[in-house]
Amino acid sequence: MAKTSNEQLKERARRAITKKAKYGVDVDLNAFKLPETNVHDPVANPSELSSRDEITLLRKAGFSDNDNRTSGSYLQYDFDTICSKSKDPGVEVLPIDEAWEIYGDWLNDYWWKNVSIDTDKFTSQTELHMTRGYFIRAKAGAKITYPLQSCLFISQNFGAQNVHNIVIAEEKSDIHIITGCATSAKAGLHVGVSEFYVEEHASLTFTMIHNWGEDFVVRPRSVTTVKKGGNFTNNYIIMDPVKSVQLFPSTYLEADATARYNSILYGHPGSTMDIGGRVVLQGIRSRAEVLSRAATIGGKIVARGILDGKASNIKAHLECDGLILAKKGVIHAIPELIADRPDLEMSHEASIGRIGEDQLYYLMARGMTEEEATDMIVRGFLSIDIEGLRPEIKAELEKITSIQMGL
Amino acid sequence: MLKIKNLTVEITEDPGNIILRNLNLHIPEGEIHVLFGPNGSGKSTLIQTIMGFPQYHVVHGSILFKGIDIIGKSITERAKMGVGISFQRPPNIPGLKLHKLTEFLVLQRNETTAEIGRKAKELEMRDFLNRDLNVHFSGGEMKRSELLQLLLQDPDFILLDEPESGVDIQAMKLIGRMTNVLLGASPRQPSQPWSKKKAGLVITHTGHILDYIHTDRAHVMCHGHIGCTGTPSRLLEDIRNLGYPECVRCHERLDDQLQLKLAGR
Repeated sequence: MAKTSNEQLKERARRAITKKAKYGVDVDLNAFKLPETNVHDPVANPSELSSRDEITLLRKAGFSDNDNRTSGSYLQYDFDTICSKSKDPGVEVLPIDEAWEIYGDWLNDYWWKNVSIDTDKFTSQTELHMTRGYFIRAKAGAKITYPLQSCLFISQNFGAQNVHNIVIAEEKSDIHIITGCATSAKAGLHVGVSEFYVEEHASLTFTMIHNWGEDFVVRPRSVTTVKKGGNFTNNYIIMDPVKSVQLFPSTYLEADATARYNSILYGHPGSTMDIGGRVVLQGIRSRAEVLSRAATIGGKIVARGILDGKASNIKAHLECDGLILAKKGVIHAIPELIADRPDLEMSHEASIGRIGEDQLYYLMARGMTEEEATDMIVRGFLSIDIEGLRPEIKAELEKITSIQMGL
Repeated sequence: MLKIKNLTVEITEDPGNIILRNLNLHIPEGEIHVLFGPNGSGKSTLIQTIMGFPQYHVVHGSILFKGIDIIGKSITERAKMGVGISFQRPPNIPGLKLHKLTEFLVLQRNETTAEIGRKAKELEMRDFLNRDLNVHFSGGEMKRSELLQLLLQDPDFILLDEPESGVDIQAMKLIGRMTNVLLGASPRQPSQPWSKKKAGLVITHTGHILDYIHTDRAHVMCHGHIGCTGTPSRLLEDIRNLGYPECVRCHERLDDQLQLKLAGR
């Protein structure tokens, strides 16, 4: 691997290796082992994966072996990059170590600049035991029609994947990245540090689909900065069982920038999810919308959201809705608004409930069985309309959510 | 098509609270009946009991639909046998698009989805297909959405619970016309004979809908059973002239006479 961080950064990382995270249960990092390198052979095209056993897992995480309608692909198994290619001249996709080789010092401007290296033991672990990650850059002015797909896959049981990703949407570019996480192993740890840079008037939509196993511990750490007039949409979908996942991405907005978070969470028995996010509205007229829909059939879900208003004429709204579908399911909605000035507008709504009998009977009177009616109500609840999304991307998202919901 | 005999119904969660008493009603194939009655007389309870909503418990009596006793059958089974209902106040279902529900309705009849667009256009509901079901719908929009769903479901026996409530005069015409289609009349010539296969029961508090649809017989409900029966226009005139209180008094007199008769026996 190429030299990345300097000694000063390394030292800060070392000092934070036992630092507990702010949210979520503590994790013993020593329970997981680093994967070996050069185990998996690369492929030239995702289509070569079509006959592999794991392809259904990849597809379910939104990664298609038919890459016709994509602008590129990045696929990593454990430590190894399996495929990294761009199909659109406007976008660059590289394994992070290759990006260091190509760009050298320039990458320092983006390396641990959004995310603090000593945030907690997970950022520390990523620095000290990095297992690659991706570099994606949408070039200035490039409108990337098709989504770029990525998947981070764990095959080694009790393996630890500590990736460090950098995504840059240069001025006036427009890109959608769909990144899935999947596994064929029983247990494992996934830590992903992602630093997103949305430059002036650029638009980045980042959709993350998590498909981990019942004994997986997942701790992504991401921070986004959005420059003047830029847009950042962050979609997060988790429908499958997981042992514990905690994430709390932060976004910092400059003037006239917007951020939207949409989370779709489905809690299984034995799963603990602590999912939230913060948007700091630093620039005048910046806007934010944070929506979360959580349904549980026995899992515990904490849905957080913080809107921090720091500038004039900002507008921000936060919404957490929860549906408890079975006994023992727990939902804890924690919406927070912070403001220290009068000339702004922020609001939040939160609700938790169960499916209304009147809703069920209504649909049954149209000929549905109770199961069909329940399914239709839950699916409706877990679908979020995302404003301002291009139709082809909307269609892609709908496809993913319907696969996720087992349709 | 529908034969109700000696039906007595209580509130499931409040046993002993009797809402319908020894009610008898027969609606033959090809007939549309109207149900008048003051608030709280049990009109909505009757049609919700016919549909099978568990809030109401049948103490005794029978409901024969197409010759089969449907008491004990689920809402779903009744719907699949051909009973359909237009709700007075349908619930909101956030996230569920009207289009998704209409898709289910046409697919369960092995029809194509092209029908959805056609029917929605006739009801001026095309813009609503992509809306969350009933969320922020006006009164008239809800009724049109109910009609659209029923037209696509195409039941043989149709229960309409106050199809005109919350509807303005303008929309009333459209709703009347499409209700005729639903009940089996031709949309252009509503005076033409109905399809003899359909039947229906329409609840109306005000009677406005009767200016737009053809009906065969009317009943007035009082205190949980049917007080009197006659032609819709005649009964409506009486109610308009005398008001429901007189209906109730008339009914009570009949009741007393019946009691006397029984006592004298």
